[in-house]
Amino acid sequence: MGQLIADVARWFADGTRWSGPEGIVQRLLEHLQYSLLSTVVAVLIALPIGLLIGHTGKGAFLAINLASFGRALPTVGVVILVFLVSGLNLWPVYVALVVLAIPVIVTNTYAGMAAVDHDVRDAARGTGLNGWQVLFQVELPLAVPLILNGVRLAVVQVVATATIAAYISFGGFGRYVFDGFAQNDLAQVFGGAVLIAVLAITLDLALSGLQRALTPRGLALQRRRSTR
Amino acid sequence: MRWSWIPDHAGELAMTTLEHTAIAAVAVLCGLLLALPLGVLAVRFPLLKGAVLGISGVLFTIPSLALFILLLPLTGLSYETAVLGLTVYTLVVLVRNTVEGLASVPPHVREAARAMGYGGTRTLLTVELPLALPVIMAGVRVATVMTISLVSVAGFIGHGALGQLFIDGFQRDFAVPVIAGVVLTLLLALVADLALVGVQHALTPWTRRGR
Repeated sequence: MGQLIADVARWFADGTRWSGPEGIVQRLLEHLQYSLLSTVVAVLIALPIGLLIGHTGKGAFLAINLASFGRALPTVGVVILVFLVSGLNLWPVYVALVVLAIPVIVTNTYAGMAAVDHDVRDAARGTGLNGWQVLFQVELPLAVPLILNGVRLAVVQVVATATIAAYISFGGFGRYVFDGFAQNDLAQVFGGAVLIAVLAITLDLALSGLQRALTPRGLALQRRRSTR
Repeated sequence: MRWSWIPDHAGELAMTTLEHTAIAAVAVLCGLLLALPLGVLAVRFPLLKGAVLGISGVLFTIPSLALFILLLPLTGLSYETAVLGLTVYTLVVLVRNTVEGLASVPPHVREAARAMGYGGTRTLLTVELPLALPVIMAGVRVATVMTISLVSVAGFIGHGALGQLFIDGFQRDFAVPVIAGVVLTLLLALVADLALVGVQHALTPWTRRGR
């Protein structure tokens, strides 16, 4: 174990490891590209669905069950299946990561909408807001903390799973994991795992900052009072 | 597409599905055996709570494949490596739900148990854990579905059960085994989830009384 840690330290200390077309910086950019693009597309698909079922209250049972079903989809299988159909391009990676991220964002968006107090919704109606105004001015802001919770969970999973891109010969930090495995070089696998975990945690922390900034002040105050 | 591959390999597919079930079941059970005491400790000692939730959260960010590979020096290309790795991933959900479930027990219920002369352990086993059961079971369901889908990653170290079909299909450029693997994984997750709903129903008769 001590030997492995020393090897990993040496792996990171090698200056040539960081730059160039196969360097850590390049791999970071690739990994970010796969993860962020997939998460953005997943949000664009999942958010309207979650808001719609939360606002209308219709289709919730179906959507939630489909979402939990979607969670069972094995990502490796999806990547390979899309690869066999579409050939050597990035589609398999993007399709698999988007499919992976959608369920958790849908369920959390719906949970956020469902948690909005009925009295608040009635009050908004009573002051004369129409359906769209209730959705965008009342429900959405109140649901934002839980929606971002879903996005955070999705990002962590997507960053960890983007490793798979290397299996079909693309880049990202997964390169180190697969190459290290093939070359029986555990230090390289360990280095790749550390890089991926650090990236996931960094993005999670950044989003938790965003979450705090976007939480409506009334909601934050209310929560602080109730935990006291 | 040569769909006849599926009936030709029906027996093999059934065996692989059973193997998949066994790996996932053992991993979730091990996870539960670890998560319950950890959750109880986290609720009892608030200082531990941050550490336990933090560590299980960090472990969750490690890509499953890397975790399997890093376990190789300890347990080799074995069934244990697959189960051990999967167990680690169940912890984040199971520990969090155990903590949430125990924290959701109303204080007055706990005080009533204390007033009736129940000791700490007896309160935990006969009052708090049963009341926390619905939340814990919700965690077990999520962890089970997640594990059933993750088993396939262990295919890279040779113990992926249904996931082995993906690698096989990839290497032979043949989609039918991949489709069979995906469909069987989804079906297995569905059946397991329904079974767990049944278990929860049987374990919590009081939630239905008086309806």
